[in-house]
Amino acid sequence: MNESFTFIASIAPTLLAAVPMTLVLTFLSAVIGNSLALPIAVARLSGNVFVRYPSAFFIFVMRGTPLLAQTYLIYYGLGELLPGSWVQQSFLWPYLREGFWYAVFAFSLNTAGYTGEILRGAIEAVPRGEIEAAKAYGMSSRMIFWRIKLPRAVQICLPTMTGETILLLKATSLASLITVWEVMGTARQIQKVTFRVYEPLLAAGFIYIVLVFILTRVLMIVERRINRHRLDPVAA
Amino acid sequence: MDTTLKVEDLHKRFGEVEVLKGVSLAAKTGDVIAMIGSSGSGKSTLLRCINLLEMPNSGRVAVNGELIRMKSLPDGTALPEDQKQVERIRSKLAMVFQSFNLWSHRTILENVIEAPVHVLKVPRKEAIERAEALLAKVGIAEKRNFYPNHLSGGQQQRAAIARALAMEPSVLLFDEPTSALDPELVGEVLQVMRKLAEEGRTMLVVTHEMGFARDVASQIVFLHKGQIEEQGDPRELLANPKSERLKQFLSSTRH
Amino acid sequence: MDPTPSLFALMSFGPDGWGMRFVEGLVVTLEVSAASYFLSLIFGLLGASAKLSTSPTLRRIADLYTTLVRALPELLLLLLIYFSGADAIKFVLSFISADFEDVEIDPFIAAVAALGFIGGAYMTEVMRGAILSIPTGQIEAAKASGMSKLLTLRRVIVPQMLRYALPGMGNLWLSATKDSSLISVLGQTQDLLFMGYRASAVTKHYGFFYSVAAIMFLGITIVSVIAIRIIEARVNRGYR
Repeated sequence: MNESFTFIASIAPTLLAAVPMTLVLTFLSAVIGNSLALPIAVARLSGNVFVRYPSAFFIFVMRGTPLLAQTYLIYYGLGELLPGSWVQQSFLWPYLREGFWYAVFAFSLNTAGYTGEILRGAIEAVPRGEIEAAKAYGMSSRMIFWRIKLPRAVQICLPTMTGETILLLKATSLASLITVWEVMGTARQIQKVTFRVYEPLLAAGFIYIVLVFILTRVLMIVERRINRHRLDPVAA
Repeated sequence: MDTTLKVEDLHKRFGEVEVLKGVSLAAKTGDVIAMIGSSGSGKSTLLRCINLLEMPNSGRVAVNGELIRMKSLPDGTALPEDQKQVERIRSKLAMVFQSFNLWSHRTILENVIEAPVHVLKVPRKEAIERAEALLAKVGIAEKRNFYPNHLSGGQQQRAAIARALAMEPSVLLFDEPTSALDPELVGEVLQVMRKLAEEGRTMLVVTHEMGFARDVASQIVFLHKGQIEEQGDPRELLANPKSERLKQFLSSTRH
Repeated sequence: MDPTPSLFALMSFGPDGWGMRFVEGLVVTLEVSAASYFLSLIFGLLGASAKLSTSPTLRRIADLYTTLVRALPELLLLLLIYFSGADAIKFVLSFISADFEDVEIDPFIAAVAALGFIGGAYMTEVMRGAILSIPTGQIEAAKASGMSKLLTLRRVIVPQMLRYALPGMGNLWLSATKDSSLISVLGQTQDLLFMGYRASAVTKHYGFFYSVAAIMFLGITIVSVIAIRIIEARVNRGYR
């Protein structure tokens, strides 16, 4: 037992050094994915079938297939297409070869699908009366969308989106399977090198628990700021 | 005297049901028209057809002499010809809703300045000054930084009235403004409305408050099954109803 | 043999095609999903009972269970349980006889145990919510008519719980089918995603074979969604 702790202490610096990678993966995918979610939700609600159906199909595929399959498909599938093409000659190639960008790409698309659907539901859940009031005061539909519907919808779906972000943080561990050395990948690497089965996983697990705890707190603060109107009255 | 609002031969169908069967109405500046009638008489629909929240099937609506241009479609419905015109005219017809419909993600002050700043393009600073004066007028100045959910129904409705006034509208439309309120909160809202009537504002009020209709309105319109059954001077009309239906309606609502 | 077989030939059901193996992979994926889902129902029922029990110790254990599972990546949990599960069983068997030292734990069973344990934590929350939505009056009525705790559970709570738990349970089934793909990482099971991995590694047609796997997963989802709708409609029939 004691020996285990000494071992964990010895690998801790290596594992902790991988934390930034996990956080960057989470952050980039959340930002890109949630930004893509908006046009997807809007398209999903469009009256034009040429816009609505592709968006509905995208959401369905993202939610209907395993993230790991999506990640492999993008990493190996694109990896198969890109090398022979002009991309290889471009200055971006050294970056595009990295599993990192494929992981960000896959996680972003997946987040976009899930959040797009959540956002669609929230936009539809905005009380009709508030939209009617906006109409009655002469707002254009564009103005109603940006000033009334969207901010209200974001407030409505914020708790769900917070949960999704925690799931995303955990899902970034799949990047370890396409050679990205985030916390999980580093733990597995240590496993292979040291022939220790449990300690690297337990140590990584502890790191994830702490990260999830911190991220939950941070998102709670953000949520509370954005959803002020649900909380105690603000003194004038 | 100039006619602020003119409604001519308005028809509205929901599927098979004809809710409005040719209603005409005119309001001069400073008129307070109370619309009464049992539920299903079409009085709320009439109000909502005036600012095109519901699209009438046919008929004409003019505000300050400007006719809202509509085009009829082959299936019997109609569409506005120019959405921009509709938006402009709506901004002159401020509506107060039964369920307040304040924007719950904005504070009371933000609710009041929202449309003036973004629809009428009033400078923000000016809009805030005016909003504060209006909130003081309806008696909730101290609630300006609260969110709607933290206010009582009566306070929310007074905020909604301030929001309507901030548009400096030609006509104020009230859609059963006290029906969703607890009885003890009705008074504070009616008092504000009374004050507005005394200021000479043009108002169209769908209401069940007979006392308010009698004392404040310059004219009562009684709607029955989508048609104006009777209209005229409030005291005269309430004291000597001519039609059998109005007599029935009044006896059923009189306390 | 054709040196560069067409993609169509690659998916054929003959000896050179991957068609049959993908079908086998589909079966394995469905087996793992169904078995781990069944296990998660048991874990969920136990967890929910513990969370709603009067014993603080049981409640604390159940809370720890759901909190840990929800904070840890599924992949990490899978590996942890997979390895430790095998070791634990070996450890127990070693007391019986030294002959079991080299016993191999069936990877299928270990993977199912791990996925069921993970799914059980989410199932716990679904079932807890469902039990809480049963009107307390009905449980009191059962008590008042002298039913034992177990009898109340069996005759009053479980049948009604189903109705409230169904939407959540449906979602968890969809998750179970997708989460089952994680076992391909173990490299010990011939599941759908593993087939995609194998086929594309051998043929170098990565995009094609991963798409095939993805489409088959999509097929599972489509069939599941339809089945869930039918089941929900049937269960809710008496209530609308």
